[in-house]
Amino acid sequence: MNFMPVILWSDALVFLLIAAGIAMVWYVRRHEYLLLPWRRVGESSVAMVCLLVLSCFLLVGLLDTLHYRAALKQGAYSPEVLSVFDKLAEPLRLHVEKTYSAPFALTLYAKESTLDSQGRVVRAYSRLKYGGAGLSDVSGRDADVARRAAAGALTGLLMGGLMLWAVKARRRAVVVAFLVICALAGATADLAGAYHVLGTDKVGQDVLYLSLKSIRTGLIIGTVTTLVTLPLALFLGVAAGYFRGWVDDLIQYIYTVLSSIPSVLLIAAAVLMMQVTMDTHPDWFATSASRADLRLVFLCLILGMTSWTGLCRLLRGETLKLREMEYIQAAQSFGVSSMRILSRHIVPNVMHIILISLVMDFSSLVLAEAVLSYVGVGVDPSMISFGTMINAARLEMAREPVVWWALASAFGFMLTLVLAANLFADSVRDAFDPRLNRS
Amino acid sequence: MIAYLIRRLLYAVPILIGVNLLTFALFFVVNTPDDMARMQLGIKRVTPEAIRQWEQQKGYDKPLFYNRAADGMGRIADTIFWQKSASMFMLDFGYSDDGRNISREITTRMWPSLAIALPTFLIGLIFYVNFALVMTLFRATLLDRTGVALCVVLMSISSLFYIIGGQFLISKLWHLVPISGYAGGLNSFRFVVLPMVIGVVSGIGSSSRWYRTIFLEEMGKDYVRTARAKGLSEPAVLFAHVLKNAMIPILTGVVVVIPLLFMGSLLTESFFGIPGLGSYTIDAINAQDFSIVRAMVFLGSLLYIAGLMLTDISYTMADPRVRLS
Repeated sequence: MNFMPVILWSDALVFLLIAAGIAMVWYVRRHEYLLLPWRRVGESSVAMVCLLVLSCFLLVGLLDTLHYRAALKQGAYSPEVLSVFDKLAEPLRLHVEKTYSAPFALTLYAKESTLDSQGRVVRAYSRLKYGGAGLSDVSGRDADVARRAAAGALTGLLMGGLMLWAVKARRRAVVVAFLVICALAGATADLAGAYHVLGTDKVGQDVLYLSLKSIRTGLIIGTVTTLVTLPLALFLGVAAGYFRGWVDDLIQYIYTVLSSIPSVLLIAAAVLMMQVTMDTHPDWFATSASRADLRLVFLCLILGMTSWTGLCRLLRGETLKLREMEYIQAAQSFGVSSMRILSRHIVPNVMHIILISLVMDFSSLVLAEAVLSYVGVGVDPSMISFGTMINAARLEMAREPVVWWALASAFGFMLTLVLAANLFADSVRDAFDPRLNRS
Repeated sequence: MIAYLIRRLLYAVPILIGVNLLTFALFFVVNTPDDMARMQLGIKRVTPEAIRQWEQQKGYDKPLFYNRAADGMGRIADTIFWQKSASMFMLDFGYSDDGRNISREITTRMWPSLAIALPTFLIGLIFYVNFALVMTLFRATLLDRTGVALCVVLMSISSLFYIIGGQFLISKLWHLVPISGYAGGLNSFRFVVLPMVIGVVSGIGSSSRWYRTIFLEEMGKDYVRTARAKGLSEPAVLFAHVLKNAMIPILTGVVVVIPLLFMGSLLTESFFGIPGLGSYTIDAINAQDFSIVRAMVFLGSLLYIAGLMLTDISYTMADPRVRLS
């Protein structure tokens, strides 16, 4: 084999989430009454377009989750952990310039001292090593960009059209959105091979590559955190509401204590302590990638430990209401055990609350990652994320001329992801909330 | 009501003890003082003597909970828990790593924080409520739908973008106010106005949408129908009746944050160089000054609990039917 698959901790958790997701879809498909609210989500064009956008992000994130180490000679493996996405975007990853360059630029952002043919020192903008390297005539850039964009967009449209024809999609908004995405992706793919579409950053890395890599970090923070939040909130909330008495008192006490600490401070304190532990045990990590990855997992854990209280309170309240219903009392008088009442009658009836709150939390977690990274308690500085991108680029706004592209790309990608997630979450809430009366 | 408040105060004690124990566990049990000393002095090449000296300097060379060597009250009092953690109940936060008294720093730094946070809070509240009322007044029209769409877009934008973008646009391009800094007295206005504007704008999305939901829920109630049947105009119904009745849900979310205004905002203060508690905290996090972070965690929960009590009191003022007993 010329590669060795690597499963980092966060990868394993993502696979677990995917398995849970598939199991959920399979279960929901077999039950008509569970399928009903999802049908309502499906009827909304906005929700479907958002889902399409989200799945594009998800695809990039998933490709970036399949990690491997490439084989060197003599059966040894490279210490560098790469992902399938890295392989697909190899030109982007390897086309590293010297320093900043603007989107589609042919030259570096700042003047450099070089020797000309007569051996004199001249200060000039030197040509980029990769950006527009194939171009012999500088003035032909705009025509070349337009030609590549058109060719790429056409290829994308053609392939998108074929795919749509194969699945026989009907909905106009979805079809249009899909074709737009295909055209954009095609044009970007064609252009990215020859230019730096979104410019390069301080050490010359392609900003488009960095932005696409950030997606995985954002998605992991937004989703893996639920693996911690959900069981805690569900077990404790339902137990507090159903058993009442001292169980309720204890659980209420725990979540009141946790929620009385301002969340940023609690997260900061926990992350600082985690840093000390990781710094005093350097022997725990084989590679720097596994260290950064474990820090990401711990961050999700900490975010989960500090954010389950809201959902727990909601579930407790709902369970308090449910346990007074006739069907629960009937089950109790038949002598059904508490465990069975909880699992058969209470938990399925609070599922909509869980689902709504999880999709609503996703976007705030993605946004929180950037803020936490700025505060210095976010992901590992070596990990590519929206937060670290913004952090690295924010001081460059003071330069003249302004280096705007790195910040703009990070914010742009983040806005697209969060906006799509917010709109989708709204549709899910509207479809699942029983308080909204519909005929 | 006095009896109720005293009881609430007594309820607050176990919660604060819980917060205290939690922070103590986080800062002293998860990592021993030895680990922290090694961290502060550099990971490698630290002699045991240096560690011992550091611990002695900080007063971390005592047992955690129970001191067998001492006698009488000293067995409990001469421990890390008593001196570093329990003392916070007396609002004695000890000294930071650079040797300053944390309590004094807090009392001087909370005023700049308040100077930013209070106007942001008040102007924001008035603006959001009015914006939400206008959306409710024109509900289900193009204006309302545009407003809601705008809110969703605004709440999807990172708060970092508002700050960086605002600083760039207003200070760097238009040169209206200084980019960052702070001055006391009336001079502070120049420095306060930009963080304030940015603070208000960044809250429009989520807050206005939330108030709109509250107002719409009230609109469906019987008293609104009665008011309309009396022949009241729609604005009169909205501003005189709905606003008053929506006070309780609004107060629930709003009053609780008032005491926390003293803590300032981490992001705003560090971007604008305001010498408040927010930038104090963020500097402490970056310098890994654990005593300050511990003090801020405790202070934060103290103020939050004060906010919960204020919320209860505000209910009695907004709604005469509420009796605290």
